[in-house]
Amino acid sequence: MLELIWLLPTFPLLGFLALVLTGGRLPKRIAGPIGAGSIGLSFAVAALVASEFLNSGLEHFTYEAWVWMSVGGFNPGFTFYLDGLSMVMMLIITGVGFLIHLYATGYMSDDPSFARFFSYMNLFVSAMLMLVLGDNLVLLYLGWEGVGLCSYLLIGFWYTNPANGYAARKAFVVTRVGDTSMAIGLFLLFAQLGTLNIQEMLHAAEMQWSLGSGFAVAASLLLLGGAVGKSAQLPLQTWLPDAMAGPTPISALIHAATMVTAGVYLIARTHPLFEMAPSVQLLVALIGLITLLLSGFTAMTQSDIKRILAYSTVSQIGYMFLGLGVGAWSAAIFHLMTHAFFKALLFLASGTVILSLHHEQNIFKMGGLRNALPVSFFSFLIGSLALTAFPYTSGYFSKDEILLGALELEGVGFWFWLGGVVGAFFTGIYTFRLFFIVFFGDSQAEHPPEKEVGGWHMNGPLILLMILALAGGFIHVPLDAVFNHGEAHDEHNVSGLIHGIMIAVPLLGIAVSYLFFMSKTFSVDMLMAGALAKRLHAFWFGGWGFDTLYNAVLVSPFLFLARVNRKDIVDSFYALIVSVSQAANALIVKSQTGSLRWYALTVAGGLVVMVSLGAVL
Amino acid sequence: METIPVEHGFILAGILFCLGLIGVLTRRNVVFVLMSLEIMLNASGLAFIVAAARWEHAEGQVMFLMILTLAAAEVAVGLGLIIQMFRQFQTVDINVLSEMKG
Amino acid sequence: MTLLFYLAGAIAILATFAVIVQTNIVHALLYLILSLLAVAAIFYVLGAPFAAVLEAIVYAGAILVLFLFVIMMLNLGQHTRDQEKGWLTGRMFLAPGVMSALLLGQLLNVLSQVDQDMAVTRVGVMEVSALLFGPYVLAVELASILLLAGLVSAYHLAKR
Repeated sequence: MLELIWLLPTFPLLGFLALVLTGGRLPKRIAGPIGAGSIGLSFAVAALVASEFLNSGLEHFTYEAWVWMSVGGFNPGFTFYLDGLSMVMMLIITGVGFLIHLYATGYMSDDPSFARFFSYMNLFVSAMLMLVLGDNLVLLYLGWEGVGLCSYLLIGFWYTNPANGYAARKAFVVTRVGDTSMAIGLFLLFAQLGTLNIQEMLHAAEMQWSLGSGFAVAASLLLLGGAVGKSAQLPLQTWLPDAMAGPTPISALIHAATMVTAGVYLIARTHPLFEMAPSVQLLVALIGLITLLLSGFTAMTQSDIKRILAYSTVSQIGYMFLGLGVGAWSAAIFHLMTHAFFKALLFLASGTVILSLHHEQNIFKMGGLRNALPVSFFSFLIGSLALTAFPYTSGYFSKDEILLGALELEGVGFWFWLGGVVGAFFTGIYTFRLFFIVFFGDSQAEHPPEKEVGGWHMNGPLILLMILALAGGFIHVPLDAVFNHGEAHDEHNVSGLIHGIMIAVPLLGIAVSYLFFMSKTFSVDMLMAGALAKRLHAFWFGGWGFDTLYNAVLVSPFLFLARVNRKDIVDSFYALIVSVSQAANALIVKSQTGSLRWYALTVAGGLVVMVSLGAVL
Repeated sequence: METIPVEHGFILAGILFCLGLIGVLTRRNVVFVLMSLEIMLNASGLAFIVAAARWEHAEGQVMFLMILTLAAAEVAVGLGLIIQMFRQFQTVDINVLSEMKG
Repeated sequence: MTLLFYLAGAIAILATFAVIVQTNIVHALLYLILSLLAVAAIFYVLGAPFAAVLEAIVYAGAILVLFLFVIMMLNLGQHTRDQEKGWLTGRMFLAPGVMSALLLGQLLNVLSQVDQDMAVTRVGVMEVSALLFGPYVLAVELASILLLAGLVSAYHLAKR
């Protein structure tokens, strides 16, 4: 049964091929079932494999499909590696992916490029599965770049609008910075440890490198660069909010549930390396903390429904990085899973809202939608509660685990915990700010919704995700074998006060949000009256000015160089070769007169020369 | 019987060959060019006959026969080409055939 | 016999020279026939009567008659003669003349190192034929194929 694992990436790949080779001309009633069905089959296989794996009691399982190439010691194979971590990831990807695909068959039903959309989606799922299931660095990198490509294609899906193309390029270029760093890291690992197999590599690293050695630090730093780029963490977080230009199911699948968490997966997969470089691990936590706080502030000022969710995604991945950084590996992956549930739910629900309002994304032009859009209302309610870690929702358990893990860290651990708690407070504010403004108050809509867009293939996934977002915290993630090397997870031992604070703070955030945006006890306008507040608001609204900074520091000098070097210096050398050979050609062409007598003369001349040579020599 | 110096025979062949070469290179009328070619072929045949006489071998004469055959075939084809050329261009000027210039 | 050789040689050279400077094409052809007949005489002197006869029959007879037919077909008259006069300037002979002189000089240089008298032996038809239909029979077959190919292509090319 476990051998069936090779079918997992194969089904989406076949779906992709079927959709692509027909040139996107398949009618929707065929393309939809192919696109969503392939992921459904994949999920069925994943469930089978997972249950078999859990029953077998194996710690890990390896299945080699075939050897890709074999050159000396370099022989990467299409080999799939299954353990608790990759099992969780594959279930999230296929399960949540299937629900989102199903939703998308409804959401995209009016789009003329329906089949193209699903071909990209299927390719994405296939690549993502290779990324998480690959047992060697090459396969992992193939998947890594594959999902990057699909992300680019899908952000720019509506390519007729130049802004979307710009957003796609920005996402591609910014993640490329991280990918380059990661590629160098992989080269370093291969050059130093001489193996591509991830498990062998980690084992060899533990054997050869001492704690905190230079190679361990360099390798983990370079991998962290890749993870930071893919997961939109500081300082490469600027692409994710712009990536919302793509269709909403894309935002749900790629830019919330799966691809952006690939960085978290990468760090978790190579966690022994990070354990050997404590300074880098601390850096991971620091990046996570700063990112979650910064994007929390930014999310409070945004007005676009999808951008709010995007910043909240950045913030939540910040929590995951925090978890990774403090060594709470299982907690980080657990949060990854619950986040996939509730963030997919929020994005899909926002998709319904946007579609019902005829592609209106500004929350200040919505308002009072709780009666008009009941399904979205409940989805948002549950998703927001889970996002703010309301007790006994899924987000509560996972965020708790991370923060308690931070508290266990000696020394700086308390400050990480404090930062995380402050972040949770902001999460409460911005989440319910969105919720109250959109669903309560008076309608500000220019085109009030006639009725909620839906149908079973849009509402079904929402309902399932609601259940998962509520109850997902009770799922036991079998990660002990991966991170604790078989030892049972010890219970956290903290005082009731700490627990009380962690429960109270998000509620406090919700309350603040209520007072500002629901009961209007306090007025935002008053808060915004001061000049400093206005400037601060503008600063936060622009995402702490990172875009401006990067434009000034990186983009403008590059453009300047490109303009200066318009007549490429290197090219002129090659142009010289071209002109020399052209001149030589023109010279020789002159001898090609077409005159027979001239030819006869040259033949005779050659004869004379040859005979003379024969006589002289 | 008086003897003839062998080099005289070769010199005669050489002179004839060079005259033919001058003709080929000089004339613009394609019929003259073909005639000059015949002169050159004939001169080389003469050289073979001289060699045959010098070394008392019949092979030289066999070679001459081959050259004769070649000349006959060449003239047949060459004259056919000249007729065709005259039909196409209404001239026998060889300089007209310069369409293949680079 | 020696006298005949030198006389025929002189005639051949003069007639050939006349061919390459002649502007009247029919006159040129007649000079060529003269030159070929002189060469045939040389063949005879050199003891190759069979080759001499073939030279007279095939070259002076068949091939040059073919030339004559073509000249008649093309109807190259007074107009062509004037054209030839315009074309045949002294400058035209400069480069080919120099080159041919060089070539001839080389030849003379090589031949000056040889100094042997030639004993003229008569090589009869029988010996030549024995060789032709003995060791060289394949060459004869190839020659016949060549002639056939020449026949076919000449027919094809001259066809309207």
